[in-house]
Amino acid sequence: MPTSTASTALPPGLGMPARTARWRPGLAATCHHTEVFASSAEASGAGLALALAIDALRAAAADPAADVPDERAWLWVQDKAALRLSGRPYRPGLPATLRHRLIHVAADKPEDALFALEEGLRCRDLAFVIGEIAGNPRALNFTASRRLSLAAEKHGVPLWLVRLDARRDLGSARMRWDAAPAPSQPPRWNPQAPGAPSWAAGLFRAHTFQPGQWILRDDGLVPHGRPHGKLVAELVSGPNASPPDHGDLVRRAGDRPLAAG
Amino acid sequence: MAIWCGALAIDRWRLGEGCAAGEGADAQPLALIADTAHGPRITAANRAGVQSGACAGMMLADARALCPQLAVRPADPAGDLAFLESLALWAQRWGPWSAIDPPDGILVDTTDAAHLFGGEAAMLADAQRLLARRGLSARAAMAPTAGAAWALAHHGPDGALLLASDEDMASRLAALPAAALRLDDDVLVLLRRLGLKRLGDLTGIGRDALARRFRTRRSPAANPLTRLDQLLGSVPEPLLPVIGVAAPMVQRRLAEPIRHRALLDRVLADLARDMARLLEAQGQGARRLELGLWKVDGEVLVRRLEMAAAARDPAHVCRLFAARLDDLDAGFGIELARLRAPWTEPLVMAQAELDAAAERHGTSLAACIDRLTVRLGADAVRRPLPHASHLPERAQRWCPPLMAQPGAQETLDFHARPLKLLDRAEPIAVIYEAPGGLPRLFRWRGHVHEIARAEGPERIAPEWWREKSTVRLRDYYRIEDSTGRRYWIYRHGLAGDGRGGAPEWFLQGLAP
Repeated sequence: MPTSTASTALPPGLGMPARTARWRPGLAATCHHTEVFASSAEASGAGLALALAIDALRAAAADPAADVPDERAWLWVQDKAALRLSGRPYRPGLPATLRHRLIHVAADKPEDALFALEEGLRCRDLAFVIGEIAGNPRALNFTASRRLSLAAEKHGVPLWLVRLDARRDLGSARMRWDAAPAPSQPPRWNPQAPGAPSWAAGLFRAHTFQPGQWILRDDGLVPHGRPHGKLVAELVSGPNASPPDHGDLVRRAGDRPLAAG
Repeated sequence: MAIWCGALAIDRWRLGEGCAAGEGADAQPLALIADTAHGPRITAANRAGVQSGACAGMMLADARALCPQLAVRPADPAGDLAFLESLALWAQRWGPWSAIDPPDGILVDTTDAAHLFGGEAAMLADAQRLLARRGLSARAAMAPTAGAAWALAHHGPDGALLLASDEDMASRLAALPAAALRLDDDVLVLLRRLGLKRLGDLTGIGRDALARRFRTRRSPAANPLTRLDQLLGSVPEPLLPVIGVAAPMVQRRLAEPIRHRALLDRVLADLARDMARLLEAQGQGARRLELGLWKVDGEVLVRRLEMAAAARDPAHVCRLFAARLDDLDAGFGIELARLRAPWTEPLVMAQAELDAAAERHGTSLAACIDRLTVRLGADAVRRPLPHASHLPERAQRWCPPLMAQPGAQETLDFHARPLKLLDRAEPIAVIYEAPGGLPRLFRWRGHVHEIARAEGPERIAPEWWREKSTVRLRDYYRIEDSTGRRYWIYRHGLAGDGRGGAPEWFLQGLAP
């Protein structure tokens, strides 16, 4: 594996052999705090977070012979701005395995949303937690993000935090995704209809994986999709294709190229 | 019941000397003095001193001129007050409440308690006997009101008893001097100048005249009318009771005197645990702790500890005491260890263990929802449950989070639904409409979307059984625009359905 481009971009001292792994769907979740940056004008952020959560849940199911299905509840926390901009979860649109287990928290302020997220991460009976916070509220600083990371790692409850219309500020999430919609593949029986959800997802910062760009499709996410549909990834650009972007380490420098001044 | 110790300071000194009244050191003239700006001044004198000319308030030099052999001792007003407080607590043997009446009196509320002593007269005799046995020269009196009892104790005959069933109180008290009203000195001087020397004089003249002359209402001690009303019981007079607070104390008598530190640490740990239990039962935490260790040879070792905040954690107490016990000399052994908490403060119970367990193992779902509900309100934490309606926004209903799902028939997942639904469908501006009726270009939230692929229409009619007849139907389309964004839009009504003008377009759902 040629790691020359990555090594030039990395500060010395970070473990290179661990970073050489490339992300692919179906890996057991090693990181418990993931952020997904998305626009509020579409549901791609929540959709990708949900697809990744289901994927991690499926990978984490270690015992295939377990006769009791996983019926743990999951938490979806939204603050008021996220609720207004991108809407409420709609039960008939959720995957059939998840729709009856949803507990939704509508928080007024980002502080309350962070409190709810942290309480959810501390709860041993939750499968995972999805948070949706719009913008860059003052309460969601690095300390708050670190608190969430520590709580998630301590109790083993994964957190997918969707940041709507947010600047890539400092955060302690171990994986940071950039979610944008991608044209779906035409369905087999009606090529004129929209197909299974697909996203152009960019992993622009990860602790143990190489950054890259993927087109992700999940035909298990739509309710009438295939029951055993799963997340499929198609690598657009990996570490060979483009150097990783580490610009988000500096506040306000993330969204533009560093060379732009 | 009012008790007046007229010679409290002298009695305290005499009891400290250990001699009876008029004997030993008390046989010689003696005065208690306090230092003032103008030299020592006498605050109290014993009987021999009074007979030789010394009286309270006199300068010591003047008294020495009259009686050169006058002995002096320093006065101790703080000690007198402390003695009075303990005397007030002791006087609660005659009634549940007692108040101190500085500088030298006690008031005891004996309401409904006299029958325990065989009547009021027997109770008064009991009080006089016990006070005399303590060596105090005290006068006691009982009356229906605190003011009347005070007046009788100070100015009435010894052992005066006034019962509520007696004849008119005012006439019984009319012979007492005006000073029996507990008035300030300047008011007394004024009354004396006005010629009002007895209580009977005050009741003899018109009340209006006194009310005009004494207008101060703020302090009862400055208004003879208020005092008179309190004396006769027509105005209530609240007393500030003395409440005894016992310092929590635990102790261990040791069968075998201990001489080694390890054993003492063990005893201390036991004491701290007992103390924690005791304090917890009272809802208190210790600010100051005293550890007293009685040695076999009679010596007492005391170690004190003061804490920044009220605490009762045994481990914390032991750790703090461990540093203070290093220089301890056990001698022939310690046979009694006692831990007192002279200063305590309220300390609420904290569920430290429960919290720690939650920290380690995580909370249960119910506890998590409790915490969320308490902070965010019950309406913020909910779960969607299906509802029998084909209107999209009515097909789910938000219910309490742990509510069981009602039995429902399996839903028909024939039509795809979006992942998220806007609370209110937002209107979209159609820029260019395709011939089939579907917009080609539309504007939503300031952005232009070009529809690339669409599926529909899925016609959803209004629920005619609960809505008005003018409600229009909706034609839903699932669309995907040129950049891949997937939405759920509908046309509200049909052209020419007779229920309004041209149909409008709305965006209601966002698909993943």
